[in-house]
Amino acid sequence: MYYFDPHIHMVSRVTDDYETLAKMGCVGMSEPAFWAGFDRGSVDGFRDYFRQLTEFEAKRASWYRVQHYTWLCINAKEAENVSLSREVIAMIPEFLDRPGVLGIGEIGLNKNTKNESIIFCEHLDLAMKTDEQILIHTPHLEDKYQGTRMILDMLCDDSRIDHSRVLVDHVEEHTIRAVLDEGFWAGMTLYPVSKCTPERAVDMIEMYGPERLLVNSAGDWGPSKPTAVPDFILAMRLRGHPESLIRRVVYENPLKFFSQSRNFHFTPPEVYQPAV
Amino acid sequence: MPIPLDAEEVLNREFLEVRARLLQVAAALDRLDRASGSVEADARLTKISQALAILTEAEGDRAERIQHVFSRPYDAKWLGPFKKERMNS
Ligand SMILES: [Zn+2]
Repeated sequence: MYYFDPHIHMVSRVTDDYETLAKMGCVGMSEPAFWAGFDRGSVDGFRDYFRQLTEFEAKRASWYRVQHYTWLCINAKEAENVSLSREVIAMIPEFLDRPGVLGIGEIGLNKNTKNESIIFCEHLDLAMKTDEQILIHTPHLEDKYQGTRMILDMLCDDSRIDHSRVLVDHVEEHTIRAVLDEGFWAGMTLYPVSKCTPERAVDMIEMYGPERLLVNSAGDWGPSKPTAVPDFILAMRLRGHPESLIRRVVYENPLKFFSQSRNFHFTPPEVYQPAV
Repeated sequence: MPIPLDAEEVLNREFLEVRARLLQVAAALDRLDRASGSVEADARLTKISQALAILTEAEGDRAERIQHVFSRPYDAKWLGPFKKERMNS
């Protein structure tokens, strides 16, 4: 089955992973800007990173016929440095018209601090002024519930924001309902230890239905599995769910959400239809 | 949304997995007992006990309720003071 991974950090993966993903049916992916494993020292560090995302990763993906898209921001971890964050936010518009840039992300909270919240709001402001979609990171483990609720409070307090153009990622059992109830899109991240498993993601599909729900692997520097979306596809099949429902979650839903970005130009793979 | 498998099929599929995971938890708690030193006052142990208690209850939504056991509290009134402070800074 063809699928789209809506949240995967390919800068931290080797080229072999692109090959494996392509073999498993991955035809498209979107890569949000995130933490590089260390704090960057200057705005130029981010400028180079955005070039890597918009130029090199798109090219590397194309070697395997995978269509690569990206999101730009300074992530929540580095947002603790307010002055650097403001320099990065001022620089982002240089890149917003590049091919494949889908919007602002992954912005959000990490330890739910005041500085993180300030920079989150300033990113929202940028997204509204530039008419961009938004992709949101919610914190991990014990910070997730508090951080997700704070993020929803800030989003709902800004009347300019169209909720159907915002994707809130890393939802779990205790945060998914609030996100969907407010009309946002929700992403379930399949990740060893700190997030969700394929089986629990299937449970959430069964409990909430497929509307505005996405599944991603997040594949990054940490222990993570870039092929987690195929694991989810198999878990759905083993639980007896129809191919049409699986396809909706892993292919049609991402296309529907991303199509709202002006730089999303996707060429669907040719599907062979035998003459009867 | 209706789920395709009935209860017996779910139990057949999950029984060995659940058994294995319960043993994993039991062995980890035994390991804690055997180790030197004491973590009795550690708040994480209390959370583990609360989560185990939820597992034995008949009420549903166990995963969601256990998530809340391991979550920091959220203050629904945080936004007003934050906005005021942001405006003044
Ligand atoms: Zn991420």
